[in-house]
Amino acid sequence: MKTLVLGPFNRVEGDLEVRLEIADGRVASARVRSPLYRGFEQILHGKEPLDALVIVPRVCGICSVSQSVAAARALADLGDVPMPRNGALATDLVLACENLADHLSHFYLFFMPDFARPVYAGEPWHPMIERRFRALTGTASRALIRARAELLQLMGTLAGKWPHSLSLQPGGSTKPLQPQERLRLITILATVRDFLEQQTFGDRLEAVVALEGERELAAWARSAPVEQGDLRRFLAVSDALGLDRLGPGPGRLMSVGSFRRARDATGAAGFRAGLWSDGQVRALDLTQVSEDLSASWMRGGEPLHPSRGVTTPDADKPGAYSWCKAPRLAGQPVEVGAVARQQIDGQPIIRDLVTRDGTNVHNRVLARLLESARLLIAMESWVRELEPGRPFCEPTELPAEGEGVGLTEAARGSLGHWLQVRHGRLLNYQIIAPTTWNFSPRDAQDTPGPLEQALVGAPVRPGEHTAIAAQHIVRSFDPCMACTVH
Amino acid sequence: MNLLWLQSGGCGGCTMSLLCAESPELLQRLDAAGIELLWHPSLSEASTDEVLELLEAILAGARGLDLLCIEGAMLRGPNGSGRFHCLAGTETPMIHWVERLAARSRYTLAIGTCAAFGGITAGGPNPTEACGLQFDGAHAGGLLGSEYRSAAGLPVINVAGCPTHPSWVTDTLSAIALGELDAGQLDALARPKMLSNQLVHHGCPRNEFYEFKASAEQPSDLGCLMEHLGCLGTQAHADCNIRLWNGNGSCTRGGYACINCTAPEFEEPGHAFQRTPHIAGIPVGLPTDMPRAWFIALASLSKAATPERLRQNAVSDHIAIAPSIQKPKGR
Repeated sequence: MKTLVLGPFNRVEGDLEVRLEIADGRVASARVRSPLYRGFEQILHGKEPLDALVIVPRVCGICSVSQSVAAARALADLGDVPMPRNGALATDLVLACENLADHLSHFYLFFMPDFARPVYAGEPWHPMIERRFRALTGTASRALIRARAELLQLMGTLAGKWPHSLSLQPGGSTKPLQPQERLRLITILATVRDFLEQQTFGDRLEAVVALEGERELAAWARSAPVEQGDLRRFLAVSDALGLDRLGPGPGRLMSVGSFRRARDATGAAGFRAGLWSDGQVRALDLTQVSEDLSASWMRGGEPLHPSRGVTTPDADKPGAYSWCKAPRLAGQPVEVGAVARQQIDGQPIIRDLVTRDGTNVHNRVLARLLESARLLIAMESWVRELEPGRPFCEPTELPAEGEGVGLTEAARGSLGHWLQVRHGRLLNYQIIAPTTWNFSPRDAQDTPGPLEQALVGAPVRPGEHTAIAAQHIVRSFDPCMACTVH
Repeated sequence: MNLLWLQSGGCGGCTMSLLCAESPELLQRLDAAGIELLWHPSLSEASTDEVLELLEAILAGARGLDLLCIEGAMLRGPNGSGRFHCLAGTETPMIHWVERLAARSRYTLAIGTCAAFGGITAGGPNPTEACGLQFDGAHAGGLLGSEYRSAAGLPVINVAGCPTHPSWVTDTLSAIALGELDAGQLDALARPKMLSNQLVHHGCPRNEFYEFKASAEQPSDLGCLMEHLGCLGTQAHADCNIRLWNGNGSCTRGGYACINCTAPEFEEPGHAFQRTPHIAGIPVGLPTDMPRAWFIALASLSKAATPERLRQNAVSDHIAIAPSIQKPKGR
């Protein structure tokens, strides 16, 4: 048995260390360490509740808006604050914008460059991938960075800036869109559609979204040269390397649902909430969430529901190996992310693949791309529904005592905020971020977290220090370590 | 020049913001300034061992280091040990990596208010003992001490902001690459004066409301945000309303208060962020360089003179009264 320590892990958000025990050329067991503690839950203690809207987005520079949405919803829940239709549409739009930007950053900047590495130099597909995706110098790097900046102009118009906007309030948005600004949003989205159709998919978004299953996707891929769109390039590499056999998930998928305004208005996109386990979608019961601290550098006893959670760091705790807590649903680890959202929402291609194979590197990445196409189409319809001149925000009045829960889906998966207010101040504020679920350490039963399970069985070539297959698996989750260790 | 970028006690938002550079995009800007990325956590290919080898080569002097950019606060806890962040793949606290690398760099830059002063990470009880590279809040010192000078003879250059505007970072890097940034170009908080000799108030589209103290009362109102909604734009050193964010944006354009995020200790303003404290009806915290008596006198005069258009639009979420069209005076 040999130990391999992987870190610092780049092209993930934040710092990450992975320890692998290797036997017979395969990973026998893995421990995932979040090596940084930040203390937001302690910083929030004693603050005025609305100050959370300034502090919480700064948990994360890449999921900043998602954090704002969760905080605003927790405060709205606390004060029973209503939201006008424009406010809900604006919230959904900035959230979708962030999700889409994150998906594209992940695919082009974080995930694909690994296939351009010299370790694959002998593969027939390598020259094509290297030309396109090589970190910093590939043709896609620059094209993506430009397109991403254009997409995020939507934030400039609708939320002042990104990251770390203060526009998202319990009662809606501080930014009442004016008629000419709405037209500008339509133009921005047209630019992004052009990038997605020309570069990412090599086809109309509607044609991609209309594919009715795995076989239709395969036929679509064959219908044009492999260099027509980055989705086809990915499918070719994935097929050659068998990415669908790499990084199996725990078999339980969770989504708290997203974009509720759109569901109410048109039903066009809104992603359903639920739990996928044992081959079917079930109702999600969040009273069964608890955080286990057994392997975390945290003081505490029995696992607690986040509404009563405790965060007391203890760097000297024996047996602990991560600053990440171990959230569990009914005592079990669950996987979250785009693949969970699309599976639970019944996206036909993902439904075919995940029902048969479960989650893996291939399905996680494909789900993000398919979701990206769905997001842009939905955003176009929401912009048209905005009505300048009608209200965007209701005033917030909060009680001096109470509790609130705020849920949303960040790009990387389910995000929850639980808060308690006493005498007009925050008594407790607990956050469970997507990567806290996916990259959790072991619990009291010694059950590994989802990534720890997914790494088991991954091949490690003799003399290989960077464990390229493990890197694909880690990055397939699109981890955000900044959120994880809030 | 080469550049090494490392992250510690922060959110990564300054990197995410940097990637929003427009016209030209980030990589073209770095090319234009003649800057080569030795390693950046979000952009580079090298991972794990390859990165540690690079860091060791720099420390051994085998590889020169021109620009050391640090994002995120320096975490000295628990109890001064620095163990709240050990660099992955090592058991060494990040603060020790930074101390040793800073001793090798020609220029050391703090990217963002966390790295400059501690920032949001030092908020509340500062549970991680967070500080900046050369400041602890407003006090000189921080991790490296007030005597620290990089090989080029400069203190840590503080590109503050939460997050930083992409152009604040690239302009500072360009100035260094051109050999144009010396100690005289830095203000008392070691921020480049070209960035800090401005106020967020400059160019704010709500200035006409400000002139007449026609104030917003609720979020999404169009009026000035200073009197009621906590805006510190008249005190905050930054060019946000001239340079603009993500195309056309800024905080005040987005309808919410400037929270003075380029300043040390912005994270603890002593009042709720989105509510202006008052004493005897007068907002606490006057516009920069404004004599108090004059502010009070002018405010009461301008309130009395507020045009009906501004009075109504200030508390509306759309233009309730349009500016009247004046008749041509020529003929």
